[in-house]
Amino acid sequence: MFSPRSRLATGTVVALTATLGLSACGNKDGEGTAAESCVDTSGDSIKLGFLNSTSGAMAISEQTVRDSLSLAAEEINADGGILGKEIEFVTEDGASDPAIFAEKIDKLLTGDCVAAVFGGWTSASRKAMLPVVEANNGLLFYPVQYEGLEASENIYYTGATTNQQIIPAMDFLASEGVESLFLAGSDYVFPRTANKIIKQYAAELGIEIVGEEYVPLDDDDWTTQVAKIVEADPDFVFNTINGSSNVGFIKAYYEQGLTAETNPIISVSIAEEEAPAMGKDVTGQYAAWNYFQSVESPTNATFIAAFQDKYGAERPTSDPMEAAYTSLYLYKALVEKAESFEVDDINESADGVTFDAPEGTVTIDGDNHHIAKTALIGQINSDNQFDVVWSSESPIEPDPFLEGYDWWDPSAE
Amino acid sequence: MRTAVRTFGPLVAIAALAVLLLVVAPAVLSPFRLNNLGKYCCWAIAAVGIGLAWGRGGMLVMGQGVFFGIGGYAMAMHLKLEAAGPEGVPDFMMLYGDGTMPVWWEPFRSGAFTLFAIVALPAVAAAILGYAIFKRRVKGAYFAILTQALAVVFATLLIATIQETGGFNGLNQFTFFFGYNLYDPVNKKMVYSIAAALLIGCLVVVWQLYRSRFGELLVATRDAEERVRFLGHDPANVKLAAFVIAAVMASIGGAMFAPIAGIISPSDVDATASIFLIAGVALGGRALLLGPALGALAVGYGRSSLSESFPDQWTYFLGALFIVVILLFPAGLGSAFGRAAALVPLPRRKETTS
Repeated sequence: MFSPRSRLATGTVVALTATLGLSACGNKDGEGTAAESCVDTSGDSIKLGFLNSTSGAMAISEQTVRDSLSLAAEEINADGGILGKEIEFVTEDGASDPAIFAEKIDKLLTGDCVAAVFGGWTSASRKAMLPVVEANNGLLFYPVQYEGLEASENIYYTGATTNQQIIPAMDFLASEGVESLFLAGSDYVFPRTANKIIKQYAAELGIEIVGEEYVPLDDDDWTTQVAKIVEADPDFVFNTINGSSNVGFIKAYYEQGLTAETNPIISVSIAEEEAPAMGKDVTGQYAAWNYFQSVESPTNATFIAAFQDKYGAERPTSDPMEAAYTSLYLYKALVEKAESFEVDDINESADGVTFDAPEGTVTIDGDNHHIAKTALIGQINSDNQFDVVWSSESPIEPDPFLEGYDWWDPSAE
Repeated sequence: MRTAVRTFGPLVAIAALAVLLLVVAPAVLSPFRLNNLGKYCCWAIAAVGIGLAWGRGGMLVMGQGVFFGIGGYAMAMHLKLEAAGPEGVPDFMMLYGDGTMPVWWEPFRSGAFTLFAIVALPAVAAAILGYAIFKRRVKGAYFAILTQALAVVFATLLIATIQETGGFNGLNQFTFFFGYNLYDPVNKKMVYSIAAALLIGCLVVVWQLYRSRFGELLVATRDAEERVRFLGHDPANVKLAAFVIAAVMASIGGAMFAPIAGIISPSDVDATASIFLIAGVALGGRALLLGPALGALAVGYGRSSLSESFPDQWTYFLGALFIVVILLFPAGLGSAFGRAAALVPLPRRKETTS
């Protein structure tokens, strides 16, 4: 079929490629040398990376985190920086895509040589960044409440883990005398794990789970699932839906005649930012967080004033924004306690580092890198703000693996 | 002389690309950049297949993410099991489920089976699918919509099977690649080289195909399917072969993507990801030999560098770039060189002697 000459030429290219390819042989015995840190601490500034999605489906949420990180950096710089060094931040777009998050954090750590990265939103983005930040012995500050069951030496989790949000929400429901509960969530790891915990704790509390429904993350049609809620008529609906899918859920919920009086909803991802965007009057519904804009404290008043001064008086503040803001201040406190930007030094002296955050005083647990936080339940009022109706007596120690809860069995379905 | 240029010119170009990717790039790029280039190479491998199916075969395959995903997930499952160790179960199954592993994961413990599956699974899937489509003479927009829908279905299925495939999070945290520690920079370089060499290999394969009778038949089918039928060939078989080869190439690209990117998730294989693959091919020139590969490399590079330089506006730039290219060079940027070359008169041999 082919002339001998062309066969020869093809053979040459193939042989050439094979030789070149093989010349880059691997190293099978090596332990895998960890990359040397290239962070430059000699100058009078220190580089930090802000990695949030500013494009794609999550941009609308993550932009708010970016805004409060920028605010915190500005404030810290105005106040003399970290260990006297000015923060110089490098921003990257995670593009709502886990693989891009993995690429960009690699770029920030090995290319820009930042001392720490702040960002991530979805669990997928965090899971994607985890191996990269561990391989480079870097630092990541993750500001969003999540499903727990994780503790990396190289990540600080400044949002709530499940025993600071999901479990207190169940305690609240029990205190309200709730007997039946319907679970509605997006189909990904956070709602699945949260509902696994909820089901086991509900059995302990004697609350009956009368239904469990999932819809994919970007799906807006909740009609049939809400019909099942109408039929089950639960005392409460536990909502672990994330993102814009909430709009479709809330729409179907009200259109099928459910109300906050008859079958109230308790949500874990609807905050000040989302409540007015629901397209329905959601007054009277509940949410479980660790921070509300309505929290009354001098530090919160200062935070809100500074934020609205920078971004506009109409902008609300919310839990993830506050957790991101807090994360940068915690980093400053960590570095100043360790008197070093080295990850190992920071980790060594991390235990007990505190910050007087807008949500109240938070304290780092040196073992699991989460922070002690007070749990709050808020009820939405007519201004789309939350009235705090319940709170834990004191900050709850983080327990990401729920080791202190004997009803928890991770291997049970 | 001119025939020799026509025959071996492409081969020289492939060889030049090989030297560039396998000698120059590892010498001058930082490990991070090299790893990124590895990712672009994976997309380029899939793009070479798209060039065959779409550029030469006229089949607008809008769902190559499916085959990219088959290869990617097959490889990722093996790497996941390798990381878990013998008898081990992937970490996410313990986190999200009851810690039992589905039976169909078991064969992927074997490296040999995984390599076989990376080629065989997409080939079988594409053969069955292609047979059903082409024998029914589905083509044009209907074919494109159908393949696009497949990508949506595939991503939705992955997201819904969180205990089996990691769901929305996908699979990551690989430590070993067939015994080689992936945290070792030397080994990362090796994985890159394999991907780059596979890209060159795929280019050589399509070069031979384009020169063969099959290549002629494929173009003929694209341009005048009915005439090919009247000449006694079954266009369905020709298209099927091109579709299967394209699927296998996409799968190989996906298989290398997993260890290089360190992750494979539904967003790497869904409809959007499939369109990004198409975009690279369109940009480079779908009917040219090197167009699809160079286009995919360029789009990959553009995505990374534009988003680094303009983290807030880069998506607009990329969109504008596509619009400009499609408007000015409907046959791809590669065709611009062809046009420029056509303006320069070459010393022509007398036509009669050929």
